[in-house]
Amino acid sequence: MKKILIVDDEPNIVMSLEYIFTKEDFEVFIARDGAEAIEIVENSMPDIILLDIMMPNVDGYQVLNYLKNSETLRKIKVIFLSAKNKSIDIELGLQLGADKYISKPFSVKYLVKEVKELLNKKIK
Amino acid sequence: MSSFLVISIIFVYLAVIFYVAYWAEKNSKSGWVNNPYIYTLSLAVYCTAWTYYGSVGLAATSGLKFLTIYLGPIIIIPTWIILMRKIIRISKGNKISTLADFISLRYGNDRFLGALVTLICILAIVPYISLQLKAISETFNVITNHKISPNSILDDTTFYIAILLAIFAAFFGTQHTDASERHKGIITAIALESIIKLVFFLVIGFYVTFYLFNGPVDIYNKASVLPNFETQQTIDGLNGGFNWFLLSLLSMIAIVLLPRQFQVTVIENEREKYLKKVIWLFPLYLLLFNVFVIFIAWAGNVVFQNQQVDADLFTLLLPLSNNNEFLALLVFLGGFSAAISMVVISSLALATMLSNNLIIPYGFLRRFSNAESEENAESIKNIRRISIFLLIIIAYLFYKSFTLDRPLVSIGLISFVLIAQLAPAFFGGLFWRRGSSKGAKYGIITGFIITVYTLLIPFTIDSQSITTFFVNEGLFGIEILKPYELFGLQIFEPVTHAFFWSLLFNTTIYSLVSVNKLGSYRERNFAEMFVYSTKYAGLQEGAYVWKGEAYVRDIRKVLTRFLGENRTERALNLFYMKYDIDKKNQVADARLVNFSEKLLTGNIGSASARILIASVVKEEEISLTELLNILDETQKAKESNKELKERDKQKDEFLDTVAHELKTPITSIRALSEILLEDDEIDTDLKKKFLSSIVSESERVSRLITNILDLEKLATGKEKLDLNENSIKNTILKSIDPFRQLAVNKGIKISLDGINDVEMFYDEDRIQQVIVNLLSNAFKFSTEENSEVKISTHINQNKVEIAVEDNGKGIEIDELMSIFDKFYQSKNQTILKPIGSGLGLAISKQIIESHNGKIWAENVNPHGTRLTFTLPLNKK
Repeated sequence: MKKILIVDDEPNIVMSLEYIFTKEDFEVFIARDGAEAIEIVENSMPDIILLDIMMPNVDGYQVLNYLKNSETLRKIKVIFLSAKNKSIDIELGLQLGADKYISKPFSVKYLVKEVKELLNKKIK
Repeated sequence: MSSFLVISIIFVYLAVIFYVAYWAEKNSKSGWVNNPYIYTLSLAVYCTAWTYYGSVGLAATSGLKFLTIYLGPIIIIPTWIILMRKIIRISKGNKISTLADFISLRYGNDRFLGALVTLICILAIVPYISLQLKAISETFNVITNHKISPNSILDDTTFYIAILLAIFAAFFGTQHTDASERHKGIITAIALESIIKLVFFLVIGFYVTFYLFNGPVDIYNKASVLPNFETQQTIDGLNGGFNWFLLSLLSMIAIVLLPRQFQVTVIENEREKYLKKVIWLFPLYLLLFNVFVIFIAWAGNVVFQNQQVDADLFTLLLPLSNNNEFLALLVFLGGFSAAISMVVISSLALATMLSNNLIIPYGFLRRFSNAESEENAESIKNIRRISIFLLIIIAYLFYKSFTLDRPLVSIGLISFVLIAQLAPAFFGGLFWRRGSSKGAKYGIITGFIITVYTLLIPFTIDSQSITTFFVNEGLFGIEILKPYELFGLQIFEPVTHAFFWSLLFNTTIYSLVSVNKLGSYRERNFAEMFVYSTKYAGLQEGAYVWKGEAYVRDIRKVLTRFLGENRTERALNLFYMKYDIDKKNQVADARLVNFSEKLLTGNIGSASARILIASVVKEEEISLTELLNILDETQKAKESNKELKERDKQKDEFLDTVAHELKTPITSIRALSEILLEDDEIDTDLKKKFLSSIVSESERVSRLITNILDLEKLATGKEKLDLNENSIKNTILKSIDPFRQLAVNKGIKISLDGINDVEMFYDEDRIQQVIVNLLSNAFKFSTEENSEVKISTHINQNKVEIAVEDNGKGIEIDELMSIFDKFYQSKNQTILKPIGSGLGLAISKQIIESHNGKIWAENVNPHGTRLTFTLPLNKK
């Protein structure tokens, strides 16, 4: 069973994502901000993270940085989910090492497809 | 020491200096070349051989008076952060390359004025250069034990050194045709020499004070028993005080206006911010240099008492008389480096002046106008190179043919007094817009004549050691015309006396003529630009108002002739891009005319540039009022443009945030409804939960939209306030009602004890909205047990303060102001997203401000936050 971590401070977004990925047979973890996310990553080593950018305290960029600076956590796939959708934000996100950048609002179906594709690539 | 050895050392030393200059020129982008320390050290070209030998000589005969030469600069330099910045900005903005250019441009590119300034500078500085050569020659003779200086020029080492210095200055000084470019090679070499001369001087000072004697006290004790000691060391009452004051003032002027100082401080300045280092580092350098002067002087007086020894040479003779040849050599090299820095920079600055403000505008313009560009660039450089050689050779011959038997100090001070004649025109031009070119010319000429009469003539006569009727009895035997006691003024020494009278007349005539005769419109325009430099700096090419007829083709032709095809093309392309002008335009506008003039100024000086451009354009007169109006309008247009851009930026940022805030609830709505649409197996409870989330997120969207519109209406003043007389207590109570149940649920106590009632005019709905916002803010922070929210009013004479206070954790101090910003979310609130739109407090602020009240936040003891707003107590 693949592990997915959802990081967002919007309860309703979290609720919908939790439902859909549980249904897709993922083990779902949830974090309300960056600090919580890092704690979960260290303990449970998810395969993929859905990461919001604008969060209180520790934001999405910082979380990504933390991952990319660690030998073991570097391989975890990261998808940015953000309402910031100017090309410069997307460019920055990808430069920092995110695997995908999906703008809010997004289609759930599309998100699930992207997540599966990313994980399959990893297996190959 | 053998001459051969000393000459070899000199050549090795020069080779090192040449190499450093060469290296710096090659690595002109390096951090070693471009830093505030190199810049500050290069300013120390102020300390010449005079400082090395003359200060000591003066200290030996007149006590502390030598300090005035450094006291002036030390006092004035801290003001440079403003004064010099202004001068540097103007110079860079107009591609000014010399002091003469600066003054001539300020008074409307006045060709004659530029030439006059050049002449004064040459008269003042060439003897000063001679003096440096003399110092080199004399000290060389002392250290090699030559008794008589050779009579034939070809046998004189100093001659060859002078030629080498000329080659150095000519080679590194004319790398660019544009003289307003920096000369990084020379400057780096000069900075190095500044270190050398200081270190060597400190070494000898240390040696004399602590090796030859047992410290300062010992020297003092031995020197103070010498005859005349007391009289030397005192300031000598009121008269002496005046002399001190005037000498300090004189050196204040000199540190800015000496051509070599103007060159290193203004022209060679790379960044304005270097001045921040200069204002403390340079005075410190000068102080260090002077620490040992008085001790060396006293020591010399003690050691050489009853001997006929030139006090100017104490620094060198002290180690020699103790058979310490090595230290003597260091002193010689230190003095040598001080002398050659001065010779190189002065000759460079003077040569640029000579070529750009005298030779080219008066002799070569016509020839240049017909020649090809490469030839012209080469000719300009050649004129400058020849000028450098000429100046140094004339200085050499001057030293050879006149017996400069006076102490070093007096010749140096005469050149200071001559340079000071430029001060009224220079500083007046900088701060007084009425200062006119006629005033400047008459002032300078008068001051010059007085200096000649009261100082140059009697001094020359004196130095030939003939007593004359003229000096003793005055011209035609008239008492009040005695050159050293003009109009019976007896309190001053010759130098300060001349300085006093010349500057007094100079300034008076400059002001009187300027007040009575209005300058041409051209100089009035430049006066505006110089005096109000900060106001007009942003206008750049637009700052000079120009009306007339000109064609791009003609201007291009002139530019090409001096800058060459490529540089002209590049410069014009830049210009077109900067102002977004169509290249096909045939008619040149004012900006192009000014831009071209500036381009040429760096190469051939402002006066020539003006003449050349004027020859291809037809200019019309503009009246002063018209001029000021146009300048003001251009300025305003620029400012409002900036404001518009700023407002645009703020609007963009606001829209970005609004978009972000709207997208968040929509994301939830979309995700949840997509699931409901696709998934048929979802159980009823979850379905209900999802649907109610969709409802609340939709409410959030609509609340946000209402708030944004509200804010917009209030901010633009589209919504009028509905002012009525209300009771503030009633309004508060109405606002609290919706919170009562919530308070009970969350266990929060609402305290209303501090409310006093008053009747006043306000828009009740709006104020209720504010109170509700403040209350929800307070409730948001009330998460602990025993939470309490207090509402109170405080009635003053002309206003009412209404405060809402909680006892939560408080707001971080740096956030106290920003919580009223749109969409600001405090760091300290609960982790979950707040219910609010992020606009509540911003709207409240807008409402209070449209009531002419104030709103602010503060933290209270022991913890908690108080938000207070005021309403003016207007009875109607």
